[in-house]
Parts: sequence; C-alpha cells; structure tokens
Amino acid sequence: MSKPVRALVWVAVAAAGALSIATIAIRRGEQLSAMWLVVAAVCTYALGYRFYSKFIAAKVLALDAMRATPAERLENGRDFVRTNKWVVFGHHFAAIAGPGPLVGPVLAAQFGYLPGTLWILVGAVFGGCVQDFVILLFSVRRDGKSLTEMAKDEIGRVGGFVAYVAVISIIVVLLGVCALIVVNALKASPWGTFTIAMTIPIALLMGVYLRRLRPGKVLESSILGFVLVMLAIWGGQWVSQSPTWGSYFALSAPTLAILIIVYGFAASALPVWLLLAPRDYLSTFVKLGTIAVLALGIVALRPTLHMPALTRFIDGTGPVFAGNLFPFAFITIACGAVSGFHSLISSGTTPKLISRETETRMVGYGAMLAESMVAVMATIAACVLQPGTYFAINSPAGIVGQAPEAAVSVISNWGFPVTAGDMHGLAQAVGEQTLFNRTGGAPAFAVGMAHIFSHTIGGQALMAIWYHFAIMFEALFILTVLDAGTRVGRFMLQDALGHVWKPMGRTSWYPSILSTSALIVLAWGYFLWQGVKDPLGGINSLWPLFGIANQSLATVALCVATTIIVKMGRARYALVTLAPLSWLVAVTFTAAYHKVFDPNPRIGFLSHAQQLASGVTGPTTARLIFNDRLDAVVTGVMIAMVGVIVVESALGWVRVLNGRTEARVRETPFVATRFAAEEQA
Amino acid sequence: MTNTAAFLSRIQHALELAHATLREIFDESAYIRFLQRRGLTSSRESYAQFLREGEATRGRRVRCC
Repeated sequence: MSKPVRALVWVAVAAAGALSIATIAIRRGEQLSAMWLVVAAVCTYALGYRFYSKFIAAKVLALDAMRATPAERLENGRDFVRTNKWVVFGHHFAAIAGPGPLVGPVLAAQFGYLPGTLWILVGAVFGGCVQDFVILLFSVRRDGKSLTEMAKDEIGRVGGFVAYVAVISIIVVLLGVCALIVVNALKASPWGTFTIAMTIPIALLMGVYLRRLRPGKVLESSILGFVLVMLAIWGGQWVSQSPTWGSYFALSAPTLAILIIVYGFAASALPVWLLLAPRDYLSTFVKLGTIAVLALGIVALRPTLHMPALTRFIDGTGPVFAGNLFPFAFITIACGAVSGFHSLISSGTTPKLISRETETRMVGYGAMLAESMVAVMATIAACVLQPGTYFAINSPAGIVGQAPEAAVSVISNWGFPVTAGDMHGLAQAVGEQTLFNRTGGAPAFAVGMAHIFSHTIGGQALMAIWYHFAIMFEALFILTVLDAGTRVGRFMLQDALGHVWKPMGRTSWYPSILSTSALIVLAWGYFLWQGVKDPLGGINSLWPLFGIANQSLATVALCVATTIIVKMGRARYALVTLAPLSWLVAVTFTAAYHKVFDPNPRIGFLSHAQQLASGVTGPTTARLIFNDRLDAVVTGVMIAMVGVIVVESALGWVRVLNGRTEARVRETPFVATRFAAEEQA
Repeated sequence: MTNTAAFLSRIQHALELAHATLREIFDESAYIRFLQRRGLTSSRESYAQFLREGEATRGRRVRCC
C-alpha cells in the first residue's frame, strides 16, 4: 500500500472513531445501537496501537530487536523458551483476562453507558496498555524479574518491601470480593449451584484422565471437560425442578460461603495436577470460546442499548454502589481500563517467553487492548437490559426492600419502570426462582449475555440454558482466580516466613502448606463472610475496596516504570507513565478518603460505623461496626503504603534530575542476539 | 502461486498458529519440550515427572481477576 493511501486509510479510521465517540457522547433520549460502541472501540484501539504504542516503542523505550532476550540467553526449555509472538500473545491474554473486565463495567453501568465506555477506551489506550507494555519490556531487560524485585532494585528496599506487602494485601481483598460475586450469583439457585458443583468432579476426572489415561493430552481432556460441563448445565434444569434435588442445591449465602472457603483451602493444599491445573485448563478453554462467541453474537445481533447515556446516579446515590462518578467509576472499572494485577503477569511468565524485544509491543500493549474490548462487550451486555430490570437485579434488599412489590415501586420511582410480573417472567425464562437483589454484577451480565445469545441462536427456548452457561462461565473464571490466587498467596507467605524460620519456606513441607494455606484462606474468607452478612449486599463496600487495591498496585507499577524511564535518561518522555500515574494517585487517594471519612454512611466506613453505633446495638451490630472499622484500617494502610512508594519514587526522580544521584538502571547488560541475521532479513 | 493457493496457505498458517497457541496455553508444548530435554517418550511416568518438575512453576502462575 502506498504512503498516501495508508494515510487516507488512517484518516478514515480516525474519522469513523471520532464520529462514533461523538455519537455515543452527544446522543440523548433515544436508543443507541451497540455497534456505535464497537466501532468507537475498534477505531480507538487501532489508532492507539498504530501511533501511540509505536511512539512509546521508538522514542521512550527504544526497543532493540538486536538485543538478546532472556528467552534466548537463558533458554532452558522450561521457564525460558523462545516462543512465537502470536503464541505469547494468546498465552498472555488468557492470563490477564479474568472476571474483572466483565463485572466492573456491569456495576459501573449504573451511571449509564457513557462514563464506563469512555473510561475503558481512554484508560486502556493511555494507562492500562502502557503499564502492561512497559513493565513487560523492563522485566524482559531484567531477566524476567518480578514487579516486587524491580521495585526493590530501582526504587529501594522500602519500595520493594511495601510492594511485597501491597501485593499480598491486594490478593486477599481481591479473592474475598471474587468469592462474594460467586456466592451472590449462586445463592438460592439450584441450577447454577449444581452446575458449578459438577465442575469440581469434572476437573478431578480431567486430572486423572491426564495423569493415567492419556498423559499430556490437555486439549483433548479440556474438550472432554467442556462436553461434561455442557451436560451438567443441561442436567441442571432437572435438578432445579426436582423437589428433592432442588432443595439440596438451593443453598443460602452463608452456606455457599463456607463451601467456597473449604474449596479454596483444598485447592491450595491439594497437588496442582489433581484440581488446580485441570480446572485452569477448563476455565481457559471456556473463556476463550465464550469471549469469541459473545463478540460474534454482538456483531450478528447488533443489539440496542436501553440504558441511558447518563443516569441520575452520577450524583453518588446509586443503589449498586454509592459514590460520585469521580472517583468511583474509575475504581469500579479496573480490569478493562487499568489493572495493577496485570503487572504481576507482565513480570511473571510472559517476559520469559518473548523472542525479541520488539514483540513486547504487540504482546503487552496489544493483549490489553483485547481485554479492553472484552470490557466494552460487558458494558453492552449490561446496557441491552431495560434499566428497570438492571436495577432490580443489582440493587440490594437493604436499598429497595425484600418484597418484589416494594422493590419495583422504588425502582420505578427512580424513573426506570419495571413490574413484579416482568421480573417474575424473566426469572422463569432463565430458570431461576427470583432475580431480585442478585448483586455482584454476574447475574446481570449473565442475563444480558443470555439475551444476546438467545436472540442469535435458539430463541427464548434456550434463554435458561444460555443464562446458566453464562453463570457457569463467570463462576468458573472466578473459582480459577480463587484457587490460583490462594496458592500464589500461600507461596508468597511461605517465602516470607522462610526468612523467619527456614522449614516454613519449604514449599513441599505439609505443615507449612497447611498453615499458610489456612492463613490466606482465612484472610479472604473473612472479607467474604463480612460481605455475605452485610445487609447492603457486601458489594457496596467490598468492590470499591477491591478497586482501590487493584489501582494501588497499578500506581506501584507505574512508579517503578517512571523511575526506570527517568534513570534511562528519558525524563522528557516520562509523561507517558507519569500522566496515568498522576491520574491513578488522584483516583485512589480520593476514593480511599471518601471510603474512610465520607459523612454519608453509604459511602464512608467510619460514618456507617457511627450510624450503627448510635442505633440499637446487638451482637450483629457490634460485628458490623467492627467490620466497618477494619475496612477503614485496611483502606488506610493500603493507601499509606502506596503513598510511601510514590514519595520514595518522586524523591528518587528529583535526585536523578538534580544530578545528586547517579542514574543507574539495573538492567542486564546488552548481549547481541544470535538471530541477528534472521532479524536483519 | 495462484491467489487461491496463497489464500489457502495463509489460512493453513493461521490455523497452525492458533493450534500452536492452544498447545502453549494448555502446556502441551511444555510437555513435548520436557520429553525432548530428558530424552523420554510419553508415558504415565514421564507425565508424572513433568508435573512434579512444573509443580512450583504452575502453582505460582498468577491469573488475573
């Protein structure tokens, strides 16, 4: 393609993107096709990748295709393996894409489709993709070092220690919230609970199949597992209709919470091959397939968005979670825009597979764009629902009342008409007893996804199957995050305790495995239990805590990145990471301040505790007060840790820029690639 | 090469790449590399050894939220 033609094509892409964004931003009072969001996203991502990531690659990072990567220098056929860039891309995407980009946008849809969509597009192009890209490259230049190791080397010992504690704290909060989403999706749902319960024996069967019958045939066993899961979904309808079996699987939230805590402990303590690995394979298989099918479904159906661009809840009075658009929309949507958790993956397995430095652009920046697209699809799935239905599903009983008539009356008075009959009909169509008060985002996403799928394949007759497929898909994701996260937390704890008492550091010593697994599970189990017992549904207080934790980790990652850029002598380009860093500091610190000190009891932990204390107190109230105060302390400690890193980093930049400290980056010395000829060709 | 042949060749390449990606994600490639490195053939024992070797690595693999 000649240069003028190429230029024309990019001008056309920019024009299409601008037109789409203008349409979704300006149009009010009329329904909008979801395709406007899709076109806006695709054009924005194309422009971001082609121009912004290329600028970063060339000017800021100066990617060098002639420099040998650790996969080449340290190749051992095990951790360090030169791998095709598309294969690494798929591998990286499968690791970063979890339930976050599905749940966050669904919750943020209470503000309307506009704020979430704009944040997903802008946040990804200028924040999340940049973070993933630069951290991946810096890890590649440091033999695949982890984020905490890089923080220690580049910022200092304090930075390293704080980053380490922050990572463990964030994992604990994250797992508690993830578990709560599963509980809220499965409570009083025999069909859903049966399907998810069946995934455990299916995963165990896959483990045995892989180990005993067909060693190493993972794809084959995943297909088998998928077929069995589909059968379990199909069979779930009979379980839910059977008075006997239905009663066994219609579990209350506390019972489900206990079962998930026991499951988390077992998954962490059992050998990897038996449960964790097959479950991970099955989850990945379902995940990749479902995301692809959802994308096709949206393009084929081109659904209409019923949610308005902006709702009245931008004033902070939202029922799904309380708090103003700023900062709460920006911590509610983390994965999909900016997610600190990705920096752990960009400095984990992925850097050890990269063949050439230049490929970090496609893998780091590109895979995050793909995840951002998943978040846009989740926004669409939530916004195709009638707003009244969306709020009836996502509003806790503490806000709208327990009885259907009371709930629909409150929601209709907000200006989003819905009737008890509508909700009853919808619940019947998806095979549930009720869809009221199903907080957490997963059920609303499942209804939206079932709506899109059933209008594409199978019609209303398959609505219930698609709904439970979506619930299974999300719960499978989340339980995989739960067992992998518990195990990672356990290893980190074992590493730390090993410095205190050597045997505790032995990862195969059973007393150490059991005690550290129990500690991690009890820590996130506490947050889960707190959420289950919360009359406001738990999500109101815990999801913001999760968002603050995740964005705090992104702040740490961007501090590390900015420090390295300054030390590389490229301070004039430091805005590339400094701008998203400043935004995240503003967002997380403001959100943390509101969550701790806001006088509105629906937002501030302390004012909520005070409100409870001023009423009639009993044992339950005392526990709720304690939980509020604990949440306030956890938020305060996390923010204080991040504050230490920000200040420590900023002082380091000033010292380097003043010439008081030698700017010395701790990267591995340059070694020319053996594949230079191939590179030049 | 005709346009059709070139197109089919591209499709075949894309499918091979997709298959290779799935094999990497699902650790099948890692198992093949393990067998080559150790000079073993696939069997229950070999796979058990492979799992033991990768226990720590796989257990530490982070999955994002």
